[in-house]
Amino acid sequence: MKRQIPLALVFIFGIFHIFQYFVPHESSEWLYEFFLKWIYIIGIFALALGIWSLIRVSWDKVKHRRPNWPYALITLGGLFAMIIFGFDYFRHFFTAEGLQNYMFRAFFDYILIPIQSTMFSLLAFFIASAAYRAFRARSLLATLLLLSALIIMLRFNPYLGFFGDYMEKTASWLLNVPNLAAKRAIIIGVGLGMVATSLKVMLGIERQYLGKD
Amino acid sequence: MNIFDRMMSLDRRWVFLLLAVVCVVTYVWPFSIPIRTTDEVENIFDFIDTLKEGDYIFLGIDYDPNALAELHPMTYAIAEHAFRKKLKIIFATLSQNGPGMADQAIRDITDSVKLDRTYNGVFYPGRTIVNGVDYVFLGYKPYFALVILGMGQNFRIPFPTDYYGTPLDSIPMMKGILNYDQIKCVVDITAGNVADAWISYGQGRYNFPLALGLTGVMGADYYPFLNSRQIFGLMGGLLGAAQYEKLSDNPGPAMDGMRIQVYAHIVIIFFIIIGNIGFLASRKKRMGKEVK
Repeated sequence: MKRQIPLALVFIFGIFHIFQYFVPHESSEWLYEFFLKWIYIIGIFALALGIWSLIRVSWDKVKHRRPNWPYALITLGGLFAMIIFGFDYFRHFFTAEGLQNYMFRAFFDYILIPIQSTMFSLLAFFIASAAYRAFRARSLLATLLLLSALIIMLRFNPYLGFFGDYMEKTASWLLNVPNLAAKRAIIIGVGLGMVATSLKVMLGIERQYLGKD
Repeated sequence: MNIFDRMMSLDRRWVFLLLAVVCVVTYVWPFSIPIRTTDEVENIFDFIDTLKEGDYIFLGIDYDPNALAELHPMTYAIAEHAFRKKLKIIFATLSQNGPGMADQAIRDITDSVKLDRTYNGVFYPGRTIVNGVDYVFLGYKPYFALVILGMGQNFRIPFPTDYYGTPLDSIPMMKGILNYDQIKCVVDITAGNVADAWISYGQGRYNFPLALGLTGVMGADYYPFLNSRQIFGLMGGLLGAAQYEKLSDNPGPAMDGMRIQVYAHIVIIFFIIIGNIGFLASRKKRMGKEVK
């Protein structure tokens, strides 16, 4: 029963949602809306589980002084600070929430935005270094990759004069012909793979999501 | 180690240093570079520019602060263009840190629209943008695919209230606005796979005009959808934003940032060329030795 019930549920709901997608009747839409609410409810349980798991793992690291434990302490501090300020306990209890709360917005504007922007901007340096090492004309394919990268990077360079127009046209061709053909093949392949996997899950052939027991 | 070997194996700190110097110099030295526009961006601009006063557009701010440099200028350019044209905007976010991004953008844009401006030879007097009348911010909801599908039925399913807690039915501009049928287009600005969901679950099912604003690295992935007309326009990275700013005659952070990007690319190309000269020369030398 432990396995049969989940398998039956997956089959019934999977088949229902396939048919629901193609049935524009009012009752079908009503059922769909009804199930959408279920997903949010399940999601809330998942969120609670995620928070509990984060607290447990981080606290365990701090308690046993595992490597990099101070980061776990900061994680916990950040988590609780945002929750506390999210509800604005110190000024207007349960009135100004989220971004209307001064401290919450200050944390977002002056801590989160600079941190995330800095992390992402560091990528420019690593990409430059990686491009220098990786883009070598070692073989025909590597040379094609190198030339394509150069053309795409130079396509809007204003210092190329009349040559810039040719560069732009070539870049546009690269994006709209070889790139498009390759991407389309990948997208169609992925789409078919998703259909096949979904069918396997619905029909009970693929059962890994049930766990080992 | 000869000169060619050195060219091939430069310490990466030299790459970092030169790139940092070029970025700082081009940031501090104010000059502009010409921007050429492409059909992908012109399509978005033309679509919004030809809408009538009072028409509704949906602007999805589906990115986090890490993509702020590339995507915020797109939001600013499109929203200001729309507000100047007296269009009504429904903002929403399907990204976890999106509310902060949207809130910041709305504050800045509403301040900017208060000023008199002339764009493309047309004078736009400053006006006050009012929440609930000129725009509504629906906020954030998780499970983006479900939210996109839910909004296709009724905006009130995933968002019974706006971000500030006002029920959608009491918001003046949401009266009679039920779902995508009343919206002229959706412009999704995103740094993640929300774009795929907008294409599959939004445009695919509800058939509304969809345009995307993406980070530079994502751009190439979405050309197939442009070609199949599932999206009518595509803005890729800072360059896409700069093109929109140029088309709307409203130079902003994207056009400003393009000079840094162009010179950073020149530095990267310079290092690629150096590395390849070193590689080809040492290979030739090695092959010469083998022949002997």
